[in-house]
Amino acid sequence: MYWIAWKMLTGDRSKYWAIIFGITFACVLIAEQAAIFCGIMLRTTSQIRDIHDADIWVMNANLRYIDDLKPIADTAFLRVRGVKGVAWAVNFYKGAAQAQLENGNYQSVILLGVDDATLVGAPQTLILGRVGDLQFPDAVLVDEAGYRYMWPGEPFRLGRTIEMNDHRAVIVGIFKASYTFSTQPIFYTRFCRATLFVPATRRSLSFVLAKCSPGESPDVVAQRIHEQTRLQALTRNQFSWLTMSYYLERTGIPVNFGSTVLLGFIVGTAIAGQTFYLFTVENLRQFGALKAMGMSDHRIVRMVFVQAAVVGSVGYCLGVGLATALGIFLQHLRPLMSFFLPWQVLALTGAGVLLIVLLSSLLSIRRLLVLEPGMVFQ
Amino acid sequence: MTGCTATYAGIHCREVTKDYGKGESRVRALRGVTVDIEPGELTLLVGPSGCGKTTLISILAGTLDVTAGDVEVLGVALNELSKEAKTAFRAANVGFVFQQFNLLPALTAAENVAVPLVIRGASRSSAVAQAKRLLEAVGLGERVDTRPGELSGGQQQRVAIARALVHKPRLLVCDEPTSAVDAKTGHRVMELIRELALSPDRVAVVVTHDARVFSFADRIITLEDGRVANDERVHPDVTPVDKEGRS
Repeated sequence: MYWIAWKMLTGDRSKYWAIIFGITFACVLIAEQAAIFCGIMLRTTSQIRDIHDADIWVMNANLRYIDDLKPIADTAFLRVRGVKGVAWAVNFYKGAAQAQLENGNYQSVILLGVDDATLVGAPQTLILGRVGDLQFPDAVLVDEAGYRYMWPGEPFRLGRTIEMNDHRAVIVGIFKASYTFSTQPIFYTRFCRATLFVPATRRSLSFVLAKCSPGESPDVVAQRIHEQTRLQALTRNQFSWLTMSYYLERTGIPVNFGSTVLLGFIVGTAIAGQTFYLFTVENLRQFGALKAMGMSDHRIVRMVFVQAAVVGSVGYCLGVGLATALGIFLQHLRPLMSFFLPWQVLALTGAGVLLIVLLSSLLSIRRLLVLEPGMVFQ
Repeated sequence: MTGCTATYAGIHCREVTKDYGKGESRVRALRGVTVDIEPGELTLLVGPSGCGKTTLISILAGTLDVTAGDVEVLGVALNELSKEAKTAFRAANVGFVFQQFNLLPALTAAENVAVPLVIRGASRSSAVAQAKRLLEAVGLGERVDTRPGELSGGQQQRVAIARALVHKPRLLVCDEPTSAVDAKTGHRVMELIRELALSPDRVAVVVTHDARVFSFADRIITLEDGRVANDERVHPDVTPVDKEGRS
C-alpha cells in the first residue's frame, strides 16, 4: 500500500519538489538561525572555556556574567586556599584597557592577568612564541584575531611594542583563542603587569581560579568555598550558564533570533502545507476512486502520513545539510561568523519539521475523510 | 456478512428514495425505485441527464446511502451496514469502471490494475503479476509498464475494465464507459465488458446514455425523473451467457 502512496507523491514532480522546498526552506532558516544563536551564546563564555586548568571560579557575590567586573579583595585567593578540598588557588585579573599602537591609534582590548608565578590560566595553543616568555619584563601575549585586527595584512611578528596606561608592553607570543562576544583583541600578561596596564583602583582582583584536590567534587568544593568566604564560587559549567543566562534574559538576542526561527516555521508551514493540500485536492478523484474500490479511511490516512513522512524526511535532510554547508561556508568566508550546531538544534529543527508535516497532513486528511467515494461517479 | 462474499446473487431495490440537500434546497433524485437485477446478464441503466442513473448506480455500488427504501445487493442489506462494513463490502464484491477512467497517473497500467488486489491485502508482486495476465487478456500485454498518460482513451478504458475485474467481483458497475472514447472504441469496450464481465454469478450494471451500445444489453431499464419509466428485456446482438456459463 505504501508504494502507491510513494508513487502518487513522486508522480507529480513539481508538487513533490515544491513541498520539499517549503520544508527545506523552513529547515534552513530554523537550523541556521538556531545555530548562529548557539554560536553567539557560546562566545559569551569563550574566556571561561579557554581556561582549562581551573575547576572553580571564585568571584564577587553580585557578579552576573563574566564581563560584569566587580573586583574582590586582593587577599581573597588566600582565603580560598584555606578551604578544604582546594588543591591550589591563584589570582586572575580581567579588565578592559586602552592600547596605544605604534601609529598612535588607540584600541580597546580585553586584558587578562594570570598568576605571576605559575602562569595558571594562560593560553595553551600558541602560534608564535612560548607561554614561559610571559616572565620577561613587559611581556604580553595577543590573540591571533586581535593581531590581525590591529595590524591587518601584516605578517605575525614578535617584539612589537604598544603602550597601555603609559606602560610599555612587548608582544612575545601570539595564541589561538575562541572568538569572544565583543571581538576585541585579547591580551594576556602576568597579574602584576596587568594592574599596571590599567588605572589603579582600590581593589584589583577580578577572580580567583581554584583547582580541586584529587577525588573532590567541584560542585561540593565550590559550595564549601561559598560558605566559608561568602564569595560566589562556581564550576566552569555553572559560570558558563550564569553568563549565558544573563545574555538570554537581559538582551534582545533570543527574541530576535526566535522571531526569525518562528518566521521560518510559519513560511515553511505555509508553503509546505499549501502545496501538500493542493496536491491532495488535485488527487481527490484518485483518492475517491481508491475509497470507492474499498480502501478504508484508516489506510488513506496512513498513505497521507507516509507521504508527509517522505517529504518531511527529505526536506529535513536537505535543510540541515544546506544549513550546515552554509554555516561552514560563511564561517570560512568570515571567521567572525558564529555557527554552532549541537544535536539540540538538530532536534529542535526536527521537531519543527515534524510539526509542519503534521499540520500539512492534517489539513489533507480532514479533506479526505469527508470525501464521499460516490464523488467519482459525478 | 459484510466484507465476505455474500451467497445470494442479485440486486433487489424496494421503493428506493434519495434526497440531496435539506429543507428548501432539497432535491429528490430517486422517487421510489423498485428493480430486481439478476446475475448473468448485462443491464443498462439509461435515461436523460438528471434522471437519477448515477445516483442509483452509486447506491447499488454501496458508495451512497439511500434516504428511504431497501437495497439488497448480493444478499446483503446495504442499509444496515456501517461505513466501514460497506467499504469492506465494496473491496470484496464490487468492480468499478468510471466514466473518466480514474486511473492513478503515477502508476503503470499493471500497477493500476493491481490496486484492487492490493486493497484486499495482496502483495505488490503477486498483484502486479496477476494484473499483467489480465492486461494480456484485454490486449494490452505490450503496454503493462506504460503510464495512463501515454495510453489512448480506449486503452485506458481497457485498463479500467481489467482493474474492475482483477479481483473477480460479483458486481460490476460501469458509469458511462463509452462516453470518453470514440464510437469504434466504445463498441470494443462494450464487447470487452460482455466477453470478460458476464458470468452466471456476476451482476453487471452499466449506466449509459449512448444509444449505440444498447445493442449489447440483455435488459434496459429507463429512468425518468427519478422513477423507472421502462424496463424491458432485449435480445442482444451478442449471445448472452447462460446459467452454466455457455454462450
